[in-house]
Amino acid sequence: MTAADALPRKRQKFLPTLFRTTAFKLTAAYLVIFALFAAFALGYVAWNAQRLLTDQIRSTIDAEIQGLAEQQRQGGIRRLVNIIERRSRAPGASLYLVTTPVGERIAGNVEAIPPGTLDRTGESEIEYARSSEAVDTPSRALVRVYMLPAGFRLLVGRDLEERDRLGIVIRRAAGWSLALVFVLGCFASWFVARRVLKRIDGMTETAHGIMAGDLKGRLAITGTGDELDRLALNLNAMLDRIGELMAGMQQVTDNIAHDLKTPLTRLRNRAEEALRTAQSPDELRAALDGAIEEADNLIRVFNALLMIARLEAGRISENMSELDLSEVVSGLAELYEPLAEEAGLSLASAVEPGLKVHGNRELIGQALNNLIDNALKYGAPEQGGDGTVAVSARQVGDQVELSVADRGPGIPEADRGRVLDRFVRLDASRSKPGFGLGLSLAAGVVRLHGGQLRLEDNAPGLRVVIFLPAGSPKPVDTPALTEPAASTAAPNPAGLPSH
Amino acid sequence: MRLLIVEDDAEAAAYLTKAFREVGHVADHAADGLEGYAMAEGGGYDVLVIDRMLPRLDGLSLIRSLREQKDDTPALILSALAQVDDRVKGLRAGGDDYLPKPYAFSELLARVEVLARRRSAPASEPTTYRVGELVLDRLAHRVTRESQEIVLQPREFRLLEYLMKHAGQVVTRTMLLENVWDYHFDPQTNVIDVHVSRLRAKVDKGFEQPMIHTIRGAGYMVRDSR
Repeated sequence: MTAADALPRKRQKFLPTLFRTTAFKLTAAYLVIFALFAAFALGYVAWNAQRLLTDQIRSTIDAEIQGLAEQQRQGGIRRLVNIIERRSRAPGASLYLVTTPVGERIAGNVEAIPPGTLDRTGESEIEYARSSEAVDTPSRALVRVYMLPAGFRLLVGRDLEERDRLGIVIRRAAGWSLALVFVLGCFASWFVARRVLKRIDGMTETAHGIMAGDLKGRLAITGTGDELDRLALNLNAMLDRIGELMAGMQQVTDNIAHDLKTPLTRLRNRAEEALRTAQSPDELRAALDGAIEEADNLIRVFNALLMIARLEAGRISENMSELDLSEVVSGLAELYEPLAEEAGLSLASAVEPGLKVHGNRELIGQALNNLIDNALKYGAPEQGGDGTVAVSARQVGDQVELSVADRGPGIPEADRGRVLDRFVRLDASRSKPGFGLGLSLAAGVVRLHGGQLRLEDNAPGLRVVIFLPAGSPKPVDTPALTEPAASTAAPNPAGLPSH
Repeated sequence: MRLLIVEDDAEAAAYLTKAFREVGHVADHAADGLEGYAMAEGGGYDVLVIDRMLPRLDGLSLIRSLREQKDDTPALILSALAQVDDRVKGLRAGGDDYLPKPYAFSELLARVEVLARRRSAPASEPTTYRVGELVLDRLAHRVTRESQEIVLQPREFRLLEYLMKHAGQVVTRTMLLENVWDYHFDPQTNVIDVHVSRLRAKVDKGFEQPMIHTIRGAGYMVRDSR
């Protein structure tokens, strides 16, 4: 699809997409809620203002009725009529009406009141017309009827126009402001949603790019630190991690390819040579034996690599139990002692009894096995002399320290970090059999058990030290716990990095 | 000995049946889990060799089903998954032994023969093993040959004990590592050979006929050569 095709489609799809954005939905919801509150507040204000005005009108009427009734008591109905006639003519006058007991009008400025109004004493809202105005434009008024002696009736009222007009003003204001809120809200939400959409579309585009193979692509960061930025930062961090893992995988694959190709080539060459040159069945048999041996070596490398991969994935957490480390260590030392002797070395073990750790016996056994095997392979002193391989295990604080030390050439400090990597073999060791996996595997096992593996200078020689978190406390019969203070004052394992 | 091999890979199965028949055993083959279960249930087998991953019914479920039927025919599990937990899972399901692929046939044969023998052996272990003039007293922890006492270290004693218990049978290095030392990992060295040669120095030195024989390409065997 070309860019020209893409544009109209994008525009066409934009509006429905806009309605579906979270920003739009949220703004719409806020808008509705805000409008409801605003309407409620305005309505409350209008209602209160009207009530206040009505109360004022009512008290004005009451006061006038009281005054007029007082005048009537002092001067009789004639005086009342005089006062009313006078007041009626004043500008902005209240409404007045005085009638006889049979309902004839004596004085006042009101015409055309609804029939029966005068029969009800007390307050009522009526439609009326003033004597001076046309009957067909009625106004509304709040009136009160007061019974005078001898059946005369007095009606006093006030026009409600002012009050009603206020109501209309408020209502109109409310309507306009709501409409404005709605329009502005719609606009704001459209604006916000568009901005968010743009950024999200940008992210989607980057993601598409990465999926299409641009593995170096990263999401844009605006620097505002908002949630989209944080998301982008996290996604970028994730992409970095994936990149690292992929690079690691690539490295391993390359190494595997290299290290398996060597024995595979040897295997092939040997078979080919046997086919070509072998004269007797015995020679053929020897060649086949050699081939099987090479195949076994390949399988070993495979197994070790698989195990390291699983250790690194942390997938061997099952099958962990409390185990007697002392038994494992001394058993292994005993297993290797004859082999050491055969290699012209001696193996000395110093193992505290009853050391417990939580772990997998086979894995820890394999790790220690690799270390002892290495020590026997590479630990022969260069100029003869004392060739002791020392295996020790002891409790140090809340950790168990295992160490395998030899008197060989050791490992130069610069290489110590490197030799823990897969397939790393130092030049000096290339002549000896091995694949460069033993130490990596041991390090993986230790890491899985939450411990540390360190390589130290044994001056001369190499000392591999493993710290593992101790399982349950040591048995009570060990000297460390006979003094109550001893456990709290346990020395910090010397030189242990604290992190 | 009658064997049932439950293996879905036709080539591997053909190789196994042929190899077992060559050494004089009767070997039948089932190509999937359900067929294997039906055949095993029919009975009459001394040992079952079962691949872990099978179509229709996997190896572990097969063994579990048999054990639920109170069928205790020894079963050896073959598995391409050489994980640490895998062996434990296999044994927990009722398997009697476990061998990761790829394996040497000699290793498989030795293990299968030990399993078959275990079944026909009496329930209680004898207190004394005797091979010719070599006698091992398990209770007194004494070893004598032609009435001469041989002094052994505890581990050497257990090594000889295991070899004599399976006298006449091939015992592989891995089997020794697993059963005498209880280690289930690959030591990558000839560490067992050194122990056996030490033992051999004590047991066979000064006698005309050796008791401990090296079986080329397989392992060791204790047998009276006379």
